[in-house]
Amino acid sequence: MTIGLMHYLGVAAILFTIGVLGIFVNRKNVIVILMSVELILLAVNINLVSFSVFLHDVVGQIYALFVLTVAAAEAAVGLAILVTFFRTRGDIAVDDASVMRG
Amino acid sequence: MTVPSASSLATPELILAGSALILLIWGAFRGRADAAFIVASIVALLAAAVAAATGPLGRAFSGGLIVDQGSVFAKVFIYLACAAAIPLGDRWFARRDAAKFEYPVLVIIAGLGMGMMASAGDLISLYISIELQSLALYILAAFLRDDAKASEAALKYFVLGALSSGLLLYGASLVYGFAGSTHFNVIAAAVRGHSNIGVLAGLVFLMCGFGFKVSAAPFHMWTPDVYEGATAPVVGFFAGAPKLAAMVLLARLLSQGFGTSVRDWSQILVAMALLSVGIGAFGGLVQNNVKRLWAYSSIATIGYAIVGLAAGGVIGIQSMLMYMVLFLVDVTGFFACLAGLTRNGKPLETMDDFAGLMRERPATTMCMTLFALSALGLPPLGEFWGKFYVFRAAWSGPPGLGLVAVAALVGSVVAAFFYLRLVKAMWLDASPGPTDTPAIESRAIAYVMALIAFPIVLFALGALDTWTRVAATALAHG
Repeated sequence: MTIGLMHYLGVAAILFTIGVLGIFVNRKNVIVILMSVELILLAVNINLVSFSVFLHDVVGQIYALFVLTVAAAEAAVGLAILVTFFRTRGDIAVDDASVMRG
Repeated sequence: MTVPSASSLATPELILAGSALILLIWGAFRGRADAAFIVASIVALLAAAVAAATGPLGRAFSGGLIVDQGSVFAKVFIYLACAAAIPLGDRWFARRDAAKFEYPVLVIIAGLGMGMMASAGDLISLYISIELQSLALYILAAFLRDDAKASEAALKYFVLGALSSGLLLYGASLVYGFAGSTHFNVIAAAVRGHSNIGVLAGLVFLMCGFGFKVSAAPFHMWTPDVYEGATAPVVGFFAGAPKLAAMVLLARLLSQGFGTSVRDWSQILVAMALLSVGIGAFGGLVQNNVKRLWAYSSIATIGYAIVGLAAGGVIGIQSMLMYMVLFLVDVTGFFACLAGLTRNGKPLETMDDFAGLMRERPATTMCMTLFALSALGLPPLGEFWGKFYVFRAAWSGPPGLGLVAVAALVGSVVAAFFYLRLVKAMWLDASPGPTDTPAIESRAIAYVMALIAFPIVLFALGALDTWTRVAATALAHG
């Protein structure tokens, strides 16, 4: 069996689904949400790079490099916000983020 | 005719990027923002607005940056809104001993991202510009670091914003793979005639991502919490300009990238519009916090703008632009009032806080009443004209959209209840106590916006109509 485009897309789709579920189902820890976001971006990168290879088009790989860069910036901002949240709350459980409800 | 160079096309962006870096270094050496720093950052934004309005038109960076009448229109209003946000927010934070030099720099970077969104011509610049804007806004939401509500709001904004970027990006990767290019016009050529299931799935993910960014239902759940928690001047900033930028980008993507498969996306837009108007109207009824109420109001507003977009064509995009700009005026003015109003140093937030404000602060109350009635769509105030254009576009649009417009009209009748409740509380109820004198900059911005919402809009309507039509033509036909 040769590994074709659909196999790569399948792996990416599974990773993407795990990432989205990780954000919604997880009730414990905000760090896990950040990891789920990274998982989503990883799925996108697998998509982009495999399309790039199968289309013989380099733009997909350039796109993947941009995504990697932005993902690093996003993680930095996310962790910084998490630190301010921890300072005011003393905890980072998801259920604590519930001062506002409506 | 000579082709303008890439650097001359990107002049507004270069001005903003350069001044953001210079201001960052200046601030790092001085350690605080003095008056000259604030003035310099406002001047940079105004210079970028002038450069955008007077600069050449064309395409640069292999089509990644499109400068046309549509992007110029959006950029002028975005940069002006950013310029208004700087004194408002900086003085607000200064009164709470939380002023930092990063605030104007972040507003400039967010403005840079929004301007690039209005000009994005391929999926890579689309993603980079959205992230540039979003990352700056996440930090602005968390700017009052010691406040528990603000940091919780920023966390929610970040998590759902990151999720929406992920959805958008996944959609972009599918569209790239199945259409074979990231350029909008090449995508349009690739999807012509037959809709590929892969491209269709990508388009749906892209639209879900945009739904989060403009807070259209069913992707609106972050909006009330974030509006309530974040500080008033910051909410006033990110409730207006980023949504205008995202709607312009969505209009460009749909009409230039997917203009050949209108049937595929117009139903999604109609569903999103109906849900937004419904949830905005009924959700607002039970709110007691004025910032939450305004969040539902903005969800409904986005619903109307999406009706305009669903009508498609020049007339539909024109109505969307008209509505978003008048909404930008209203929301900036309303949150300028909120940023100025305090009682014993605490911001006014709930309906009870606003009771009897008319006897205390007649001018500010008049402004807030004007903005509320304008958001309600009372003729001849600002947002009425936005609604008027949207309904006109919906009637002349595809069959069936007229019914959607009627349903949206029913939604705005329901929404009238909560606007009038706020007005009644301010004018008739008994006041719980005296309020502090509103700050000069929030009064100034509120008065200017109120004058624009009425009566300046009546005189400017002809010019605005021409300008939005030209801009919409550029967005629709590329």
